[in-house]
Amino acid sequence: MGRQVISGNAAQAHAARLARVQVVSAYPITPQTTIVETIADFVASGELPAQYVKVESEHSALQCVLSASALGARTYTATSSQGLLLMHEVLHWAAGMRAPIVMGVVNRAVAPPWSLGSDHADTMSQRDTGWIQFYAESNQEVLDTVLLAYRLAEDPAVRLPAMVAEDAFYLSHTFEPVEIPSAGEVDRFLPPRDARAVLVPGRGLRLGSFTGPVEYVQFRRQVADAMERVPAVLRNVEREFEEITHRHHGGPLSTYRTDDADTVLVTMGTATTTARGVVDQLRAEGHRVGLAKLRVFRPFPAEELRALADSVGRMGVLDRSFTFGEHGAAATEVRGALYGAPRRPSVSSYLGGLGGRDITPGLVRKVYRSLESGGSELPTWVDLLPEEAPAHG
Amino acid sequence: MAKLTIPAEEYMYPGHAACPGCGAALAMRLLLKGLGPRTIVSMPACCWTVIATPYPTTALATGLLDHPIEATGASISGLRAAADAMGLKDLEIVGFAGDGGTADIGLQSLSGMLERRTDAIYVMYDNEAYMNTGIQRSGSTPAGAWTTTTPVAGASHGKPEPKKDVMGIVRAHHPVYAATLNPSFPEDFLRKVERARGLHGPRFLHVFSPCPPGWKYSSERTIELGRLATDSGIFPLYEVGEDGVLSITRRGGALKPVAEYFRAQGRFAHLTEAEIAAIQAAARANWERLLRLATPPPA
Repeated sequence: MGRQVISGNAAQAHAARLARVQVVSAYPITPQTTIVETIADFVASGELPAQYVKVESEHSALQCVLSASALGARTYTATSSQGLLLMHEVLHWAAGMRAPIVMGVVNRAVAPPWSLGSDHADTMSQRDTGWIQFYAESNQEVLDTVLLAYRLAEDPAVRLPAMVAEDAFYLSHTFEPVEIPSAGEVDRFLPPRDARAVLVPGRGLRLGSFTGPVEYVQFRRQVADAMERVPAVLRNVEREFEEITHRHHGGPLSTYRTDDADTVLVTMGTATTTARGVVDQLRAEGHRVGLAKLRVFRPFPAEELRALADSVGRMGVLDRSFTFGEHGAAATEVRGALYGAPRRPSVSSYLGGLGGRDITPGLVRKVYRSLESGGSELPTWVDLLPEEAPAHG
Repeated sequence: MAKLTIPAEEYMYPGHAACPGCGAALAMRLLLKGLGPRTIVSMPACCWTVIATPYPTTALATGLLDHPIEATGASISGLRAAADAMGLKDLEIVGFAGDGGTADIGLQSLSGMLERRTDAIYVMYDNEAYMNTGIQRSGSTPAGAWTTTTPVAGASHGKPEPKKDVMGIVRAHHPVYAATLNPSFPEDFLRKVERARGLHGPRFLHVFSPCPPGWKYSSERTIELGRLATDSGIFPLYEVGEDGVLSITRRGGALKPVAEYFRAQGRFAHLTEAEIAAIQAAARANWERLLRLATPPPA
């Protein structure tokens, strides 16, 4: 189809179409809706010959694709915010059942109060469910990552579900030029699902079951082991994708101008684009600053972070959600990953952009300035209005 | 000599983990005899999660998929969608859920599946309480029944509220077939399963499922209790086709008194004569309401 100007939600839908998903099930929620509307159009026009099951809740949407996946189908669903929270129980089931579902998530704030704005609290609260988590920065990355996610999720060494998150409105409803690969290119990259180890009609096979403590631990360990195999499989999958499309999105931790940097900021999603521009400005002004995008949050790229930390004096992490009673989730995890590192930079936690507040270049400059002046042990809310008393700093 | 109408084939293995006299075990055995091996059973948390035996064994010769308790309707919609997408023919998709997983926590998903016109059979095996968790009341527990959450002590005298009319709720969705079944009447049971099997679209089977430990009766009396339940009008046997026509499939002449059924179970032991008389009146009114709905109307 070549280059088109499309939204992040359309990129999700095109990727599902190109992946030739066989079963789609979804429940509408703003700002996910245009994904499932676009897929409905693809199915109606015959461009996507899939079964599309319109269900009565997100819990049912995920269960529907999980059961379809258990019979061997390639499946897709999408949700956001409250919908993802309602799916929580089934998220655990999907990973434990080793179902290679791919789900689009539009990152949106959770209530109360109601907010449609971008915020990572929805996906961050699903960290422990056994799903692979990608955070995309651009609509091109959304489309490419959904395709990568299918290859990764269905790899026999992995067999885990994956979610591809995009920031509400900044991507979901913003139009950007996107290179849409041809069906032939995608077919070369993504063959039909190898559906071994699923229910077979006519065979007495039970999927799910119940166990004593001995087998239970063995099953959970298998999920853990599969998660550990993700980085190596992802490296291969991204290399193959690059050979076909000439695009590579930089692995689980994508760095920018970090080679000689003494100060590095870690971002996720669209905040990265803003920060990249600020890095260029600060570099032009003589600051040795760099940027690292957390593209994969599960499995957490601890190894890549340790390698980066080896040459960096100060790190900051900008979180778009807050873990009450702690810091930003990403900051906590970056600190955890670096604790055992041979060289450990200081790691400061910054919070901004919650509930759809814009992360502006000015804010990012403020963060780099704070970092260069030593940072802070305590979490710093960077985008408070003058009348809002800061919690710290 | 009567013709044997119960298929000899077994798709449920004898090595299962049900309590002696379990109505739900009989229900599954008869159901699969009627459906055959190309069946996928989709099962929420319920007694049968345990009856099917732990990993790595299974009590069924068919495929069996576990899922969360409230998700049966969604699961069978997904299985059917996958079967259609993958061109798997002649596959029967069955949701097999308890009364709590159907009448209470799973009602939304059941309604969704019926409204979506999913081509699948939803079976509610009704042992009238949360038996797997140890006898807590469900929406399907009948009035007066003792359970661990409707105790008989002080001001509490068993469950005060009547049983939820799940068949009424299901019928309001106009499924292609809905029926009540009772393992104590195996020929009627099999005939209904086979009728359901021959149809496409949403089908619902409400299966009476006596539970010796939950109902407090001696396990050898399951079949007898089941017969009493139907013949006293407590659990009438009927079926409803897509046209909405309701047919009563067992008319045992004059209804037996409900007292015989109630006095056989410890869960009702505390009921007074007056309470049983009230239940008798309710059972009769329910039976007469059913007769009015039935086609052809009684002479």
